[in-house]
Amino acid sequence: MKKQLIVSLLAVMALFIGWPGWAQKGPIKLGFLTQMTGGGAAVGKDMSNGFMMYLEEIGSQLAGRKVEVIIEDTQGDPAAALTKLRKLAESDKVHAVAGIFLANEGYALAPKVDEYQMPTVWAVVSADDLTQRKPVKWAVRTGWTSSQPNHPFGDYVVKTLGYKKVVTIAMDYAFGWEQVGGFQRTFEEAGGQIVQKLWPPLGTTDFGPYLAQIKRDADAVFAVMVAASALRFPKQYQDAGLKARLPLIGGGTSFDEFVFPSLGDEAVGAITPMIYSAAIDTPVNRRFVKEFRTKYGKVPGYYAEASYTAARWINEAAKVVGGNVEDKEKFLAALRRVEISDAPRGSIKLDAYANPIETVYVRKVERKDGELWNTVIQTFPAVSQFWKYKPEEFLKQPVYDRNNPACKYC
Amino acid sequence: MRSAVFSGPRVAVIVFLLLLISPPFLSSFLLTLLTQALIYAILAMSLDIILGYTGLASLGHAAYFGLGAYSVGILSTRYGAGFWVTLPTGVLLAVAVAAIFGLVALRSTGVYFLMITLALGMVVWGLAHRWVTMTQGDNGISAIPRPDLGLPLSLAHSIPFYYFALAGFLITFWILWVIVHSPFGHTLVGIRESESRMRTLGYHVWLHKYIGFIIAGGFGGFAGVLWAYYNGFVSPVDLQLATSVEVLLMVALGGRGTLLGPALGAGIIVFLKNLVSVYTHRWLLILGAVYVLTIVYAPEGILGAVKQWRRRANSRLLRSEVSGSAERTEGG
Repeated sequence: MKKQLIVSLLAVMALFIGWPGWAQKGPIKLGFLTQMTGGGAAVGKDMSNGFMMYLEEIGSQLAGRKVEVIIEDTQGDPAAALTKLRKLAESDKVHAVAGIFLANEGYALAPKVDEYQMPTVWAVVSADDLTQRKPVKWAVRTGWTSSQPNHPFGDYVVKTLGYKKVVTIAMDYAFGWEQVGGFQRTFEEAGGQIVQKLWPPLGTTDFGPYLAQIKRDADAVFAVMVAASALRFPKQYQDAGLKARLPLIGGGTSFDEFVFPSLGDEAVGAITPMIYSAAIDTPVNRRFVKEFRTKYGKVPGYYAEASYTAARWINEAAKVVGGNVEDKEKFLAALRRVEISDAPRGSIKLDAYANPIETVYVRKVERKDGELWNTVIQTFPAVSQFWKYKPEEFLKQPVYDRNNPACKYC
Repeated sequence: MRSAVFSGPRVAVIVFLLLLISPPFLSSFLLTLLTQALIYAILAMSLDIILGYTGLASLGHAAYFGLGAYSVGILSTRYGAGFWVTLPTGVLLAVAVAAIFGLVALRSTGVYFLMITLALGMVVWGLAHRWVTMTQGDNGISAIPRPDLGLPLSLAHSIPFYYFALAGFLITFWILWVIVHSPFGHTLVGIRESESRMRTLGYHVWLHKYIGFIIAGGFGGFAGVLWAYYNGFVSPVDLQLATSVEVLLMVALGGRGTLLGPALGAGIIVFLKNLVSVYTHRWLLILGAVYVLTIVYAPEGILGAVKQWRRRANSRLLRSEVSGSAERTEGG
């Protein structure tokens, strides 16, 4: 009798232990890391809105399992981002992490992501080396590298816009260097000349001293601005009397939809390349923009689109593994193989380094119905982070920085 | 004698025992925060030497923290240097820089001292930010390995590292405690209370301040060394102005010139920042409220308020004892 009881108890236990899938089928937990306080808080809000919007659209279910999102504030501080990753991995035991805004946060998290073997989706962070010279095994990028849109753009500026001499003015940190570097490389290879490089420090809001230095005999000015600087720069550029003399071109974030509500006519005419524009005229994007607007009262910029698509990316991968995200190796492999042909920004697939091959849009700021829009004037389909170079040769060169490529015509 | 039960040393011993035995019972996230709190406590206690004991408010203390952290970052990722190389380098570098900055900053006092230390702190921040070939600029230095001390337990795990940080904290506390209770420490307090009187009494005021400044810098560097190992990452954010301000607030919150107060303040701020922000994105509001309430109701900080309360209680006790004995004599 007693023996029987023990045997049956053991049998029941074996049932629980031997059937992990059965015991574990709770919700899929996702961690979303972004900046919710400080200078980048507005960007962080757009990111989390985009991410949540997609999950709501699919009924908060990934491959038939309920999804639970834990949004954590990185405070714009890599150390805080690390603390929050520890929390997500150790306390919340999330199955995947997505988001991340700043380059330094990405670099800080990268080794930890591999240590935790945490499937991670870099939605926005664009630091080149995260998918180039310092690849992260457990992460895929669904956004872009900083230099990626600027490679085709450099070529385009010489051949189509016809500018031969360009002055660059960019925020003095990796994001600015990589954008300028990518642009300079193809621009000069196509026969253009960078005649001056100006590097205002990150967070500069008074550009007076820099604008005064700009060489007036150039053909155009290439500007890379972010956050508060993007809000101030165009107005000061116009006030300095430069807008009429030197056309403004630059990095995509300088004129993201995100800053448009705060800009006026001073922005009109600026031409920038980016992986997204809210003005892309496809049914998918029109619907996305409309929905986002109804929900959050503003036109989505690339931060929102990138996070929206990152959520979809996770969904597609979860579907491939049948919702069994606990099998981390398989889930990671699935994340690397996802292809999306109808994201708001167009079609996306990953290269061997887990960075998207995607369309680059050259956009011109125009006023339509009283609002500013990034009208698409040229598209470059299927642009890789290596542009037309061989990956092995591209990777032999050091990552773009302030003096690489050197300024030969300054 | 109720107050004796809660006497300072006894509470400290109880807290220490709790710190010693708690790790296995804590969730790993709480342990993470506790480790951070200990490292920040070292930094806050080091600042307390000049802020609390000498009365000089510095807004550049993160510079030493950053120097220690960058020493580890650069030496261990580039040259594979171990702990016994990075530790002395980090601390000595912080000491050397404090010795130079002290020459400049100690020419002034009050707001001017604040401004000069701020400017000097920004110089170090600028160096971290702009000297890209060495520091990798804004990207920071990542993948710093945890130190290998040749112990059977690897410091890569959170519990051993916690004890490592705890040891660092206790050593710092002990040394600083000895310093502030030495004649030298009393002289610093004297300088805080009245510089001119100390000078009249024949003390070399400048030299005392200078040595205090250097000691503070050195221990700031030590905290930075631990911080870099703990995070495996250093970036200019670690030595920006906001970090200096945060440490200043830790000291103010816990109680200037109490050594353990700043440690307590560090703990409170680390937990508020990281734990409260888990529950609400309005955590800055709560942090702000804590600061305001402290300034209004406990301008001397939490430990300062406790001390004051105890003094008052003691004097009341004394009064009642005196009057009690008086009554007794009357009765007798």
